This record gives sequence, C-alpha cells and structure tokens, in this order.
Amino acid sequence: MDKVTVHTGTALPLRRSDVDTDQIIPAVYLKRITKTGFDDGLFRAWRDNDPNFPLEKPEFTGASILIAGRQFGTGSSREHAVWALRDWGMRAVIAPSFGDIFRGNALKEGLVPVTLPPDAVETLWSIVEATPSTKVTVDVTTREVRVDAQSWPFPLDDFARTRLLEGLDDIALTLRVDGVIADFEAARASFLPVVR
Amino acid sequence: MVGEGNVSARTLSEKVWDAHVVRPGTEPGEPDLLYVDLHLVHEVTSPQAFDGLRVAGRRVRRPDLTIATEDHNTPTDSLTTISEPVSRTQIEALRRNCAEFGIRSHPLGDAEQGIVHVLGPQIGLTQPGMTIVCGDSHTATHGAFGSLAFGIGTSEVEHVLATQTLPQARPKTMAVTVDGELGPDVTAKDLVLSLISQVGTGAGIGHVVEYRGPAIQALSMEGRMTIANMSIEWGAKAGMIAPDDTAFSYVEGRQYAPTGKDWEAALDYWRSLPTDAGATFDAEVRIDAPSLRPFVTWGTNPGQGVSLDGVVPDPSNFGDVGSRTAAERALAYMALEPGTRMYDVPVDVVFLGSCTNGRLEDLRAAADVLRGRRVAQSVRMLVVPGSAAVRLQAEAEGLHKVFEDAGAEWRFAGCSMCLGMNPDTLEPGQRSASTSNRNFEGRQGRGGRTHLVSPPVAAATAVAGHFAAPADLN
Repeated sequence: MDKVTVHTGTALPLRRSDVDTDQIIPAVYLKRITKTGFDDGLFRAWRDNDPNFPLEKPEFTGASILIAGRQFGTGSSREHAVWALRDWGMRAVIAPSFGDIFRGNALKEGLVPVTLPPDAVETLWSIVEATPSTKVTVDVTTREVRVDAQSWPFPLDDFARTRLLEGLDDIALTLRVDGVIADFEAARASFLPVVR
Repeated sequence: MVGEGNVSARTLSEKVWDAHVVRPGTEPGEPDLLYVDLHLVHEVTSPQAFDGLRVAGRRVRRPDLTIATEDHNTPTDSLTTISEPVSRTQIEALRRNCAEFGIRSHPLGDAEQGIVHVLGPQIGLTQPGMTIVCGDSHTATHGAFGSLAFGIGTSEVEHVLATQTLPQARPKTMAVTVDGELGPDVTAKDLVLSLISQVGTGAGIGHVVEYRGPAIQALSMEGRMTIANMSIEWGAKAGMIAPDDTAFSYVEGRQYAPTGKDWEAALDYWRSLPTDAGATFDAEVRIDAPSLRPFVTWGTNPGQGVSLDGVVPDPSNFGDVGSRTAAERALAYMALEPGTRMYDVPVDVVFLGSCTNGRLEDLRAAADVLRGRRVAQSVRMLVVPGSAAVRLQAEAEGLHKVFEDAGAEWRFAGCSMCLGMNPDTLEPGQRSASTSNRNFEGRQGRGGRTHLVSPPVAAATAVAGHFAAPADLN
C-alpha cells in the first residue's frame, strides 16, 4: 500500500446519506477478476439516471476527496467499492459515519475514511458547492481536515495512522509473528472441525 | 444487562473473542490478532486475493480450515452450463485457484453446492464458539450458533488465506432482548425487519450484538439464522445467539460434527459460552415480541418498513431532514404514494430464497400457503432453494410439486435474485416481494423495486397478486 501522509485536493460534494455499496459499485461489476479499472462502475446507476448527479460535472473534474452524508458504505462487504473510488481518483472520503466493513476496506487500500460531525460536513458541502476549486487538505499526521483558515480534528487510532503513514503491508506484519501463530495452532482443541 | 457488573463476568462475544486471541494488541490502538477457525470462500471476492498470494509467492496456510462453493454467479436453471461469459470466467477462476492451492470446493453440480452460508451449517462445519469469516457480509448468519462470524473484504480474504488470522479491533457489545413470545403469524424475518425499522440501519455500527430473551430461545436454528443474517443490515459487526440444546441437537450427527470424546469436550466448551450473570453490555435494546406483526419494507433500505396492514408513510411526518429526504427519494424510486395501503400494492415477481430465508423450513412455510392454491396470473414466482441438499430434502417431502402445481418455478440453488448477478433479475420498474435481505436501489436488477418479506407473506402475496398475509387468503 502506498504511504498516505497529507493529501490536498478538490472535493466532490455528495449530499446523500445511507449510500450503500450497491450504489457505489453495482453487482454486475463484481464479476471482474481484476483489481483495477472499476472507475466505469462508480455510482453507475446514479450517473446514468440522475442528471443532477455531481460526479461528472465539469466543475468537479479531478476531485480527489468525496464528502458524503452519514452511514457511507453500508451493506455488502465488496471491497470493489473502495477500488472504484480509488480508480476514479479519490484519496479520502469524509462523512459523519461509515459502514464498518467499508471503513476497514478503505484503510486497507489507503483510502482515508474521515469521520467529521454532521455540521462540519454541512459546512464543507457549502464551501465546496460555492467554490468547487477550493482545496481541502486531509492530514493523517495531525489528524485534521483543513480548508483555508478552518480546521477540524478527526478520529484515527494510532495503529491505523501508523499503517497509513508507513504504507505497511498487513500480511508481512502478521507473518513476523508466524511462530506465535504456530504455537496457538498447536494448542487448538481437537474437537474443532477440519475440512476433508 | 447494562449497569453494575462483575468485572470477571463476560459476555458470549467476549468469551469467544478471548479464546481466539493469538496475540493481543500492545501499542495504543493496535488490534488483537485473532485466529480464524473457518474461512468460507466463494467466487466473487476471492480471485484478487488468490492473485495476491501468487504474486507474493505465498501459499494458503490452512487449506484444511478453508472451504469453497459457487453461489453468487451460478445459474438456477442449469447444473452444467454457465452461459454468461463474465460469470463463467469468474467461476473458472475459483476452480483453478482451489485446485492450485489445495482447497476443498463444492462447485455447481456437486451435492453440497449452495449458498455459502447455507453450506456451513448444513454440513456441521459451523459450530458454536468458533471464529468464522468470509468475503461476504451475510457471514453474520453463523452467529446464530454462538460463533463470532463476520464479513470481510478481499484484502482481508488474502490475509486470512496467507496467515489464518486477522487483526481486529475489539468492538463494543450490545444486547437485543426480545421479551415475550412471537404471535403465531409472526416469523423471525418479521422480527428482524421490525427491529431494524425501530432502531435504524446504523444503530449497530461498531457493536457485536447478542440476541437474547425467550422469543429468541424459542426459535429454531433456521429462525435464528434469519435473525443473525440480517445483523449487518443495521450495521452490526456480528450478531450472536447463545448456543443451547437447540443448537447442540442441530449440529449433532452432521458431517463435520465432533463425535465420541471430542463431542463431550465440545459440549463442555459450548456450555461455557453463554453470557455470565452480571456481565455488562455497552448498549441495550428491548423489543416486545407480542406487539410485532407481519412486516414489509416500502423503501430502499431494510429499515424503511411498516407492518403489512399499514400504509406507505408520509415523509413530511419524519422528524429530521435527513430521514425525510431519504424517504422522499425512496418513495420516488419505489413509485409509491404516501397513504397507500400495503395491501393495495401489486407485485410482479415473488422471490423465495437467499441465505436469509432459503432453507427447508422457509420452503415448508411457503408450501403450506401455496398448497391447493395458484400463483396469480400477473405474478412470476421463483423458488430457489439455498443449497442442492435443501433442494433434495424439499423434493423428498414433495414440496417441489406444491410449488410447480401452484405455477411457481422450482429452480436450482444459489444466491440468484437476491442480488441479480446471475440471469435471475428484475426488469426495470418491476416490483418484487422478496425473502432476501436488501432492498437497495437496483439490488435485484437496474430499476428493480424490492420489498422484503417473510416466506409466508411472499407466498400469500404471490397468490393475491398484491401484498398479503396467509390469513388474508380465503
């Protein structure tokens, strides 16, 4: 995973709550066996059916920070939702709350999930809608979102922060304690099932 | 219960968690490393994970704790031919990966093929007190046995394949106590839909929930699986039910159930799992079972529901702007007018199936309603058993004849119309009564309008041509 320290970019305001992962990436795209190229499927149904949907509006071209309503990424565990956002160019998602699985998947891929209170999200929406070229900064080192002179802290536990800052590979980290895993395995109860 | 408690008293989820910590987190915020007793695999969320192993030159650490099946993409009209090329490619990728990495698989045509969360319990691989993961959010289903079971993303699938462990931050705990008894016409599905409409789709975020109380204990294992299955629909990390004699009897004698001395030792462990008296939960919800009625969703998330004898709500009555806007959008998508009686809403398609309600008891309940009746001319009904084994059992009981005589389609097993990755989809604008778990926009097909219901309501609706409960039919 690439390191993420401080990201500054323009933002895309998505005034919707309860955005489930079926909307972020419909099931038909899940048939693919690659890990990239999902930008065509991002918010596909809304892009096709809603003329006011902001994703492809020229003023939001190049936006790399998505600002959405509460409960972003609920529903299916499809990590493809994160891949689609990342393939589109997103580097962070700001929302009042996230589906747990989506949040975990995002952290795995270096897409920073930023939890801010609803009124902060409302303020950001207003700023970005008024001036789409506004630069928004997501700072993982200081755990802050900054726009012009304003800043808001966001929660990020020490461990997740270190992983992002150092671009750590979870599997390599875990395999460092391979011996501890083996000891645990040796002590597992014999009544536990084993696939034949 | 919430309140003062004995520090050494633990909840069910805490006991199972503690028993699986390979290495506790030591730095601030560092997660615990949990061992995974069972890793279920299917074709959709695994290809990139296996590719990752291959690229890194890693093997699967415990093929003997891993099992695969084909369910999301499989057709329900053939056991041999997958006509859609992209689906076929994905299924063939799983077959190659299982062969290369030595993983036991149950492909289309195999006697144990089926929806992954129907497979585990049916062969006795799902047992109490285990940790069970799968790249699918309805892994929550296995929590019905008192296991810690949750969905994971593809990166985590790769992590489990490589290490048989997962780093996990300890979640908060929540008790959902269901007091009293469910009425005779109220099923587990109605209970969980009512719960979600009461607490909201985000209420469980960050929590492992435990379903407790007499109404829960009275449920069969299949009923408990329906409840646990939909834990994810209100944001819970996992949903568990304490194992008891109902669970032990269910597991006993199945293919992977322990026997002899191992059975006795397993029972000792399982009996130690229920929440200790005096243990505390971080949050608590109470539901009154006798007040519950058959339920149906009207909107585009599982929390937007109402009792079957109710009406489509008026968004202007909703308390906060967010809920109001969401309800307005939902009603526009679902083409429903406020004040319309649910009984007056006609449906085009009825889908009986899914990991929520695709098991034998669900098929029996629907067959009881359809016996001697006909599916309305205006309705297409699909009956998709949750697995090949469920299908065989249903045929042994003659249920397929009931469905076919009524004019319903008796199909092969798979996820099917729950999420429309195979050819079983709604046409744009079609309205369905579905025993599945999600009514999101486009879930069952682009522009499809999904209403979630229980199996008896699905069957009665198929006969009436509009939403109905069995009691409404003559």
